[in-house]
Amino acid sequence: MTSALIIRTAGTNCDAELMRAFELAGARPTLMHLDRLVAEPRRLEDFDILGFPGGFSYGDDIASGRIFAMRLRERLYAGLREAASRGVPMIGVCNGFQVLVQVGLLPGPPAGEEWPMGNPPRQEASLAGNAEGSFVDTWVRVEANPASRCIWTRGLIEYFDGERAGAAVELMRLPIAHGEGRFVVENDRVMQRLEKNQQIALRYLDNVNGSQGATAGVCDVSGRIFGLMPHPERYLEWENHPFWTRLPGATRRGDTPGLAMFRAAVEAAGKGAPTGPRIASAV
Amino acid sequence: MPADTTATTPVSHLKVYRIEVAPRPGRADPAADSVVRAAASLSLPVASARTTSVYFIQADLDQPQIESVKAALLADPVTESASVGAAPVRPGTRVVEVHPLPGVMDPIAQSVKLAIRDLLGMAVEVATGRRFDLAGEGLTQEHAAALARSALANEVIQRVHLEPWSPAAFPQGRPHSNELRHIEIIGLSETHLEKLSRDAHLFLSLDEMRAVQAEYERRGRNPTDIELETLAQTWSEHCVHKTLKSTIRYQNDGNGAGGRGGASSLDADVLKWSGRPGHEIQPDGSVVIHNLLKSTVAAATHELIKDGLDWTLSVFVDNAGVIAFDDEHAVCVKVETHNHPSAIEPYGGAATGAGGCIRDVIGTGLAARPIANTDVFCVAHPDSYGGARSGAGQSLPPGCLHPRRILSQVVAGVRDYGNRMGIPTVNGAVYFDDRYVGNPLVFCGCIGVMPRDRIKGKVNSGDLIVALGGRTGRDGIHGATFSSAELEQSSADEFSHAVQIGNAIEEKRVLDAILRARDEQPQPLFSGLTDCGAGGFSSAVGEMGKDTGASVHLEKAPLKYAGLSYTEIWISEAQERMVLAVPHANLAVLRRICDEESVELAVLGTFAPPPGSARGDPDLALYFRGEEVGRLSMRFLHEGIPTPRREATWSGGRRAASETRVGGTGVSPVDTRVHQSRSLEQTLLTLLAHPNIASKHWIIRQYDHEVRGGTVIKPLVGPALSGPSDASVIKPVPRSKRGLAIACGLQTGMGDPSIAGAFADPYLMTLAAVDEAVRNLVCVGADPSRIAILDNFCWPSCKKPENLGSLVRAAEACYDAAKAYRTPFVSGKDSLNNQLTLADGTTIEIPPTLLVTGIGIVSDVASCITMDAKQSGNVLVLVGPVGSGLGGSHFQRIISSGKGVPAVRSAEHDLSVPRTDLSLGPATARAVAGVIASGLVRSAHDVSDGGLLAAVSEMLIAGSTPGQPIGATLDLGERDLDPIAELFNESPSQYVIEVVPLDMPSLKAALGGIPHAVIGRLDGTGDLVVNAQMSAVPVASLREAWLGTLDW
Repeated sequence: MTSALIIRTAGTNCDAELMRAFELAGARPTLMHLDRLVAEPRRLEDFDILGFPGGFSYGDDIASGRIFAMRLRERLYAGLREAASRGVPMIGVCNGFQVLVQVGLLPGPPAGEEWPMGNPPRQEASLAGNAEGSFVDTWVRVEANPASRCIWTRGLIEYFDGERAGAAVELMRLPIAHGEGRFVVENDRVMQRLEKNQQIALRYLDNVNGSQGATAGVCDVSGRIFGLMPHPERYLEWENHPFWTRLPGATRRGDTPGLAMFRAAVEAAGKGAPTGPRIASAV
Repeated sequence: MPADTTATTPVSHLKVYRIEVAPRPGRADPAADSVVRAAASLSLPVASARTTSVYFIQADLDQPQIESVKAALLADPVTESASVGAAPVRPGTRVVEVHPLPGVMDPIAQSVKLAIRDLLGMAVEVATGRRFDLAGEGLTQEHAAALARSALANEVIQRVHLEPWSPAAFPQGRPHSNELRHIEIIGLSETHLEKLSRDAHLFLSLDEMRAVQAEYERRGRNPTDIELETLAQTWSEHCVHKTLKSTIRYQNDGNGAGGRGGASSLDADVLKWSGRPGHEIQPDGSVVIHNLLKSTVAAATHELIKDGLDWTLSVFVDNAGVIAFDDEHAVCVKVETHNHPSAIEPYGGAATGAGGCIRDVIGTGLAARPIANTDVFCVAHPDSYGGARSGAGQSLPPGCLHPRRILSQVVAGVRDYGNRMGIPTVNGAVYFDDRYVGNPLVFCGCIGVMPRDRIKGKVNSGDLIVALGGRTGRDGIHGATFSSAELEQSSADEFSHAVQIGNAIEEKRVLDAILRARDEQPQPLFSGLTDCGAGGFSSAVGEMGKDTGASVHLEKAPLKYAGLSYTEIWISEAQERMVLAVPHANLAVLRRICDEESVELAVLGTFAPPPGSARGDPDLALYFRGEEVGRLSMRFLHEGIPTPRREATWSGGRRAASETRVGGTGVSPVDTRVHQSRSLEQTLLTLLAHPNIASKHWIIRQYDHEVRGGTVIKPLVGPALSGPSDASVIKPVPRSKRGLAIACGLQTGMGDPSIAGAFADPYLMTLAAVDEAVRNLVCVGADPSRIAILDNFCWPSCKKPENLGSLVRAAEACYDAAKAYRTPFVSGKDSLNNQLTLADGTTIEIPPTLLVTGIGIVSDVASCITMDAKQSGNVLVLVGPVGSGLGGSHFQRIISSGKGVPAVRSAEHDLSVPRTDLSLGPATARAVAGVIASGLVRSAHDVSDGGLLAAVSEMLIAGSTPGQPIGATLDLGERDLDPIAELFNESPSQYVIEVVPLDMPSLKAALGGIPHAVIGRLDGTGDLVVNAQMSAVPVASLREAWLGTLDW
């Protein structure tokens, strides 16, 4: 059975629903405190998938995810690098996404380059304060990029095939809840690289936080490491949909889009790093 | 005499580094944009702003270390830049810096300190601040100072500088002598007893001071300072609810409710006085009530239990009320108020209100997991007082914060605490009235879930007294007694030490540790726990050790800084602390868990009779560094308080109507718009824009109401995600389809003579509030036979017989309503001194306010429904007793001070306050729940604020999208009723439901004898029409009016 490690710390608060997402998707989740992992970094080798949950790690003091990211970078990069090279799928949701970006795991090295030894890739993107200046909780319409290699959003793309295709647009919403979710990059070259490599795996149709390129989620060039501001783990059941009471019963069958993302990744985890031709060329 | 040795650290000679972190040029600065907007609202000429985070690090750092802290920790390399030292002030720019006062909780500094220790492996001291660089044509230093005071800082907890400011060294705690002090009480005259009570902030009554004096005369010595403080905390109104437990003589001294009756006897009253438990009707027509709480609110619950209601598990005895959820789980619920702290420091007051209520839930039984929060605010209308400087509107009473600031900040406080804890805030309300100007109400509720075998704890003699969580500081001293005192204009200065600032992440860590300790098998690691709330350790240990006795060694408490006296340690209300009773054998495992969760643990003493206790009456003994500094008998502490006798009078609403307009009426400026109105359309639009009715999306969207992934009916519903849901539904147990609905009822207007005039009656108000809470729950699919409710009374001073009289009537209604609806009260809280006295002696009393919170079980969330109109062609049915009385309604508010207009003349209407039908109301609730459960209802909404037309408007707004609007044509038919009253009454027990036409026969059959009438049909026009009365109003216009008022 695929094993998933959920890494928590003080202030993590979406760990239970992330655990449940993996469980429903057919994996065996384990929850571990960051301090324990820092003390025993070899434990990372025991897992097939890594999850970085949402919340307010260390209170989001200084900035969202800052201290969590600093500790991962300073203490655990070697192990994370090894896992990334091994093709271990990783997901960072909300605070977890903010963390992965600040560690340098996202967007990750340019195509064709290895994960660097020693220090992680330089931070090239950031999740800045929402354009409107305040925390916002709502559901937004999203669109998965069919050209992306992202193994997580593949579950969403498949959603548009088959019998539910007609209702898919209505169902393809995800909840957001954040104050700092505005995706920005260091300069235009970074954005061009992300576009070219199809690393922008998920975009907002309702760009409420003002993200550059309406970016909701980003993956590394392998498509296995993925971070997003919306919370797919809060959409595991049809009753989570913001107006499910209006949707016909027949539409509310099978996996929700949220669960489909985890299912796709759990299935991909067993299969090793894909070598598909979806990326045109390296930058 | 114990010598203080902890506070002798010499002043540090280490350097203090100042590091500034600011957005890179060209990067957006949303925080600065908010500052510019705040300045604009105050008419201050700020055209641009730049915000900078300032960190002070006291340590011996070398250059690479400073670079490392800057780059790896403090600044985002993409969006920010960091520099050491204060950046020069650019010409034409004004600088404001805001720094926390010494000793005020600074969570960011704590986190930075820990992170630097992790990064560099060295201990440093950290403080933080904020710098604002402001620019604008003609911006003076005075402007900058005004902005700082009004929007950027609160000088109760922060210091403002008008230039870059850095401390030369960090302040150190001053040593405290901690000399044992006795307070002279034996032989004091009554005058001196009263003076002592006031000067020492004890807030004990003369009777209580006499009881204390008698006890010490008996013991033959004077009390120590800490003994007197312990009594004051334990006997505070906040902790023992002495008013609600007092013996009350109640008199109807007017003509009965509404002044309609001719006789002054009780018989003319709508409230029936005979046969009430604990009540004695006297020959003179007065009523003596023994322990009001026990004889009304609690009596109803106990009678229901006796009558076979078997799903309450723990009521009125613990920190929260507990009911059965399913065979394995229980849910518990508590709602607290944090009014006075929020008046002085709204952000911290509301945050710690939320935090305290969450701790109440954690501290219930053997610990519950908090799973949902609620919040209700009562504030003055922001537009009543103009900008803080512009002078428009009335002038703000001195010492009061602007209501806009209060509302923004209390929302932010609740938001930051709940969101950080990972608890969804799912239900709330806001009620506006200018009499809340100096005394806003902040109700914070929390719901928890726990295994059914963890619902009761019992402290055993010999258990250790273990404190977990935050360190103890001087913050929050005298919160319990402060909240029991009346606010005065000088309160902000006198009680600034009562203000607490929260640190949600500390509480989250404590929660994580406690739940691990709870879930240890076969037994939890602790045998009881409670939170440190009002009164701090003194209340927590005093309460837990009531039966066992306790010995406490106060020097064992971890302190934030040196220099606290033993009394301050004992009564500090520093946040995020819990007290556990832990068997010796479990201490090591508990310590390991706490270490792993980074939670500080301290053993303060033992729950056991201290040597020298009397047989059967264990003492509470307090020690400091080996010396006994206090000793009290538990029996005297908990039972020695004399039962006060209080006078209560009721004279109908007439007296109050003439008096309560002091300090502003209940009518806000927006109301006056209707006076120019000529039509029903405008009346409706004015109602929808009324702040009480208008959309609260600005608030709701700031709360994470989805965290935990179990919110299945959200506060905002419908395809445009904007419909005001009657209740929220969560799934407490993720793997189960069983749900819990959460809602509230608040009907202040019906009891408020300023609104309902002579008809105002808190009895009717309370019945309607219970009915409203029930209806809200039923509308989403809750089972009305599984609803538990809570009361929160917020009243003006009940030392005044008239106010106590209205409180009595509300309490009697609680009894009647709870029994009629079979909705037991399971917990509650009161706050009975809500008024502001100004320097000139004027008192602004708040309107008597009763919040009823309800939780109801939903057997399968898949059968829940929402209030958004679903489908054109469907029929709208009004279910429930026909109402007509407009008393207390929002319609009455908007016409109350006008001369009347052709379409709406108050003189022509029935302005009586509607009476809840205690037989038909519950029957209607059951019938509506029945038709919802059988799938006959597509949407349901209760008729409340604004009446029928507002309810239908909300359903249409909720069900429409710009591309697919839903309209309706209403036809109320030929009923012999005042059409205005029909459209706008807020009479209880009415529901609007949407039904598919084909289902109408089944619906009629199912409703049987419950009054119901088809009132209209949904259509695709996108307009609302009322036949023969109101021409088409586009739903888009309704939406605009409803969304605009509070779209901040």
